[in-house]
Amino acid sequence: MKTTLCLCFALLAPVAQAQTVAPDVLVKTITDEVAAAIKKDKDIQAGDTGKAAELIEVKIVPHFNFTRMARIAMARNWRSATPEQQKQLASEFKTLLVRTYSTALVNYREQRIDYKPLRAKSDDTEVTVKSEVKQSGSSQPVSIDYEMEKTDNGWKVYDVKVGGVSLVTTYRDTFASEVRERGIDGLIKSLAAKNRETDRPRAGKS
Amino acid sequence: MTEVKRLCAALLLAGSLAGCATSGGNPADPLERVNRAVFAFNDAADKVVLTPVAKGYRAVLPGFLRTGVSNFFSNLEDVWVSVNDVLQGKFQEGLEDATRVLFNSTFGIAGLFDFASDVGLPKRNEDFGQTLGWWGVTSGPYLVLPFFGPSSFRDGFGFFVDGKADPVYRVVDDVPLRNSIYATRAISNRANLLDASSVLEQAALDRYAFVRDAWLQRRRNLVYDGNPPREKDDADDEPTK
Repeated sequence: MKTTLCLCFALLAPVAQAQTVAPDVLVKTITDEVAAAIKKDKDIQAGDTGKAAELIEVKIVPHFNFTRMARIAMARNWRSATPEQQKQLASEFKTLLVRTYSTALVNYREQRIDYKPLRAKSDDTEVTVKSEVKQSGSSQPVSIDYEMEKTDNGWKVYDVKVGGVSLVTTYRDTFASEVRERGIDGLIKSLAAKNRETDRPRAGKS
Repeated sequence: MTEVKRLCAALLLAGSLAGCATSGGNPADPLERVNRAVFAFNDAADKVVLTPVAKGYRAVLPGFLRTGVSNFFSNLEDVWVSVNDVLQGKFQEGLEDATRVLFNSTFGIAGLFDFASDVGLPKRNEDFGQTLGWWGVTSGPYLVLPFFGPSSFRDGFGFFVDGKADPVYRVVDDVPLRNSIYATRAISNRANLLDASSVLEQAALDRYAFVRDAWLQRRRNLVYDGNPPREKDDADDEPTK
């Protein structure tokens, strides 16, 4: 019985592994899909951040681990937050990042992206996918690195570094001083207020 | 030399101001109170003057011309980039960046086209602040320079040396002409960043802190040429499971 079970697992294992898309392939596929979607969408090109946010929700959000992102940004304050506060933090932080990203997406024009070969061993559970974007108007390419972790649901991004600047750790000091001055609930309120303030999106026109 | 004295005096003044400024908590930014004031001033100047001019510039000039202007200044800058490569012992890079200048000045028609990038010599980012960093000079307190923005004690000094080495400064003796070249360069640089500033507006809870922390990470990344060692304060970040 035991051997049969083992055999079953042995047979299943490669199948399960094959279903996990390699992290660099995943990043490239999503980027291509999003670029193609923008290219087709006149509204996004005209500056409709609301529509860009929808696109991000559908295509990009499922591949990010926002709980971990919020935890990195919170650093040691994360542990003093209750599970409920942690949930709110992750959710507000997610909204903020999605909005930020949608502002960037409406400015997107066809840009060449080069992916660097992935340096990782097959059993690595954390990898960095490195890419370079050639911007228009400036000859210097900008590096975009995705820090990714392996989970049961495939690879998830937990940090994005643009030109070496982390989208997540850049918030650390802001979060820490908010918590110091107004507590964790104060920070959650500030994030929510910031997200509401941009609720009246400059949609439709730019 | 008088300029060096003046710079020293300015740094000393900044240092003594640090004594009375209360710190906001970031150890890299003991001058936070003064810096915030300068940041607010820069922000206002940017909003009232530079941004509208840069927007106008972008509206009036077609894209290929703007790229040409941007390339032209970038080519001039590459002269000093290659010197800094050499000062950091990166001789191969220095040779490549000097070749960029040679190619772009000739085939690229006085630098209007970045021909070198197309033949596999990509643009590098070096300056004297990075050279000092490469030799182990730490960044020192964060410093917001009036008009020029984020810097540090080390990079502020580097910026001063960069200015002295700038081909525009060295070659153009006519002051009004030189100043209009500086202005054109500032507008061109600002125009390239217009999209980025709308993203910043959306991203930051506290723009001052966001810009500071992004800038400090950026400089660290540049000093290590894109591969900074991991900082050890990541203890709070274990993979979720």
